[in-house]
Amino acid sequence: MDFDPVMLARLQFAFTISFHIIFPAFTIGLSAYIAVLLAMWIKTNRERYQKLAKFWTKIFAVSFGMGVVSGIVLSYQFGTNWSEFSRILGNVLGPLIGYEVLTAFFLEATFLGVLLFGWGKVPRWLQLTAAIAVAFGTLMSAFWILSANSWMHTPAGFEMRDGIAYPVDWIKIIFNPSFPYRFAHMLLAAYLTTAVVVLAVAARYRVAGRFPRQSPTMLKMALGMVMLLAPLQLFIGDLHGLNTAKHQPAKIAAMEAHWHSDKPAPLLLFAWPDQQQQTNHAEIGIPNLASLIITHERDGLFPGLNDFPVEDQPPVLPVFFSFRIMVGIGLLLIGIGLLGGVLWWRGRLFDAQWFMRPLRFAWPLGFIALLAGWMTTEIGRQPWLAHQVLRTADAASPVSANSVLVSLLLFVLVYGVVFSAGIYYINRLIHKGPEPEVLEAPASPTAGRPLSGAESGSFDTLNREQSDA
Amino acid sequence: MPDTLPLIWGIVLAVAVIVYTILDGFDLGVGMLFGLEKSEANRDLMMNSVAPFWDGNETWLVLGGGGLFVAFPLAYSIIMPALYIPVIFMLLALIFRGVAFEFRHVAKPNHHWWDKAFLFGSLGAALSQGIILGALLQGITVVDNRFAGGAFDWLTPFSLFCGAGVVVGYATLGACWLNLKTIGELQQKMQRIATWLLAGLLLFIALVSLWTPLMSPRIAEKWFSLPNFYFLWPVPTITGLLAFSVYLALRKNKSLWPFLGTAGLFIISFVGLAFSTLPLIVPPDISVYQAAAAHESQLFSILGVLILLPIILIYTIFVYYIFRGKVTPESGYH
Repeated sequence: MDFDPVMLARLQFAFTISFHIIFPAFTIGLSAYIAVLLAMWIKTNRERYQKLAKFWTKIFAVSFGMGVVSGIVLSYQFGTNWSEFSRILGNVLGPLIGYEVLTAFFLEATFLGVLLFGWGKVPRWLQLTAAIAVAFGTLMSAFWILSANSWMHTPAGFEMRDGIAYPVDWIKIIFNPSFPYRFAHMLLAAYLTTAVVVLAVAARYRVAGRFPRQSPTMLKMALGMVMLLAPLQLFIGDLHGLNTAKHQPAKIAAMEAHWHSDKPAPLLLFAWPDQQQQTNHAEIGIPNLASLIITHERDGLFPGLNDFPVEDQPPVLPVFFSFRIMVGIGLLLIGIGLLGGVLWWRGRLFDAQWFMRPLRFAWPLGFIALLAGWMTTEIGRQPWLAHQVLRTADAASPVSANSVLVSLLLFVLVYGVVFSAGIYYINRLIHKGPEPEVLEAPASPTAGRPLSGAESGSFDTLNREQSDA
Repeated sequence: MPDTLPLIWGIVLAVAVIVYTILDGFDLGVGMLFGLEKSEANRDLMMNSVAPFWDGNETWLVLGGGGLFVAFPLAYSIIMPALYIPVIFMLLALIFRGVAFEFRHVAKPNHHWWDKAFLFGSLGAALSQGIILGALLQGITVVDNRFAGGAFDWLTPFSLFCGAGVVVGYATLGACWLNLKTIGELQQKMQRIATWLLAGLLLFIALVSLWTPLMSPRIAEKWFSLPNFYFLWPVPTITGLLAFSVYLALRKNKSLWPFLGTAGLFIISFVGLAFSTLPLIVPPDISVYQAAAAHESQLFSILGVLILLPIILIYTIFVYYIFRGKVTPESGYH
């Protein structure tokens, strides 16, 4: 059987990068959370924060390891599978990748050692510094990678000479038009994803009646983040969409499955886009709403797919659906935030079993939305690798389809094993939970009663915590 | 005046690669020696002796690959497709051994699969790195600035021989690292192993040094023409003396010198290979000057390197300092 080597290379990259992005997204948020917990531990001297920090650090270590090894793969795949991309765009994108390694990768990887193995060996402030260094490193990593990625969507600050891109203005390259929006959108997504995981773990402990003093702390911190970030993400996402409408109109048309530029667009709740016939089947939509969202006018017009030759159109079906999955989950998270906020306000949050039970299974929501969002933007970029600069089909390596196919199968196999094991072990760590505090409260928080003042200044604090719960 | 940036970048990359081979070399070596130790407690010690460092060590590999892309995109776009199979194999091996650090602890007591992943992942990574080195030294077929050879061009007796050499070299570094970090019976065992490995390493260094000029007239010309020969003859002498000092230090129960001396052997071998090859970066056709990124790209990125690399080195040394001394059974955090 004959395979198209470019398609195989695309599949391979899509697979390895989708696998990879899960871990950075989680560790960006988690490292910040651990840093906050450590800061609160130092500030309040409450053991609870230390145990929680230690607990999440173990989970962090497993995820970070998977992030590192899958990230190394990517830094070599630009060359193994996309050597023409490297040759043509290397002058512009190479330095951004280089700065990522120098400002971020080293920082996080080196201080991770202190964060994991420093307990009891280094003073508290150094432990906190290491956590902040790791959190800052992951943030810088996202900065440079998102900058390079955004450049592929909205190239700027360069010129082409003899078919090779040359840099002209580094500021314009780094802060290219879509970068600020994409960076903000991705960071919020990462923090939100982590908050949802922490929320689900806390709910799991609440339902099982375990860790009665740590779980409310987690619950409150995570829910607060969701309440704040989910609506903010909607706002930032809208801004990002407007930016895309300006620079990549074909992508927006595909996201909305909008074929005809001469008509206002409905907001399609469902449709089956048919690229061959250049139309939709089974449309259900709210008239004019997409026009209103994108142009901020009821009868506003924006480019439809018919404005673009078929060979310049992105694949509509996957873009259309992945966009809806992302937005759907975003709205669900806003709902969870609202509902949780009301319960919290009324003082019923910790014992609302009907709310906690389904929440236990919410942990993948952020990851799914994140992947769906990336698929929307990356498939929406097709057929271009760098928008109107380099076509994906012209960027691949001169390697045989067989090499790509075999390596693709190996990656699927290896990542399958590693990923399953990782999920299994993380679940095991979560099941085990944080170390019990020296002063373990009784299983039922309402029946709780402080036993001793082992925790410094704890008598007062404990009473207050018990009534919180 | 010819642009000196490509040469500076070439040196930076060479430094990154040598730092990588020493740092990740010892922890890959520890991974391979894992197979020779059966005691569970000792295996934990071996792993804990490298666990705080391996993430940082492996980052030098990203700097090597990333740096090649940054500074010499043309070389990167030729080397990676040419060495497709060994590179992918190395990455897969690194995945297994990287995740083994955490998985092995969490999986206890059912962790024997992750022991194997750690052992064979380390072995596979070392072997493929040696093969990559050998394949690069022997040269790559290039037509019109693109790789134009076959998928298995890299597979030759010479590249396999280099693969074996790197395996032995990393294992020597690993044994010397464990000699530095452990005590008692494990340390003595590692001293014995290190002595044998050292002899093997010396043999590989000698044979590669003979093989490369025989294989390539270009390399023979570099080493045996005058006046080069006059100032190159100390290289083998220093190598021999260094190896002998490591041998003595191992016999005298010294902790630090065997490791530093072996690292010195790595540096001098690498300088020799770099001398054989530079200014070529993709032998036999492409030089650092041809492969260089645009001047403004190299300039922008070298500024970052010159400012940030010293900082990275300082905090790397700081982290090694924090975890100095012998590793104890309490060293883990699990």
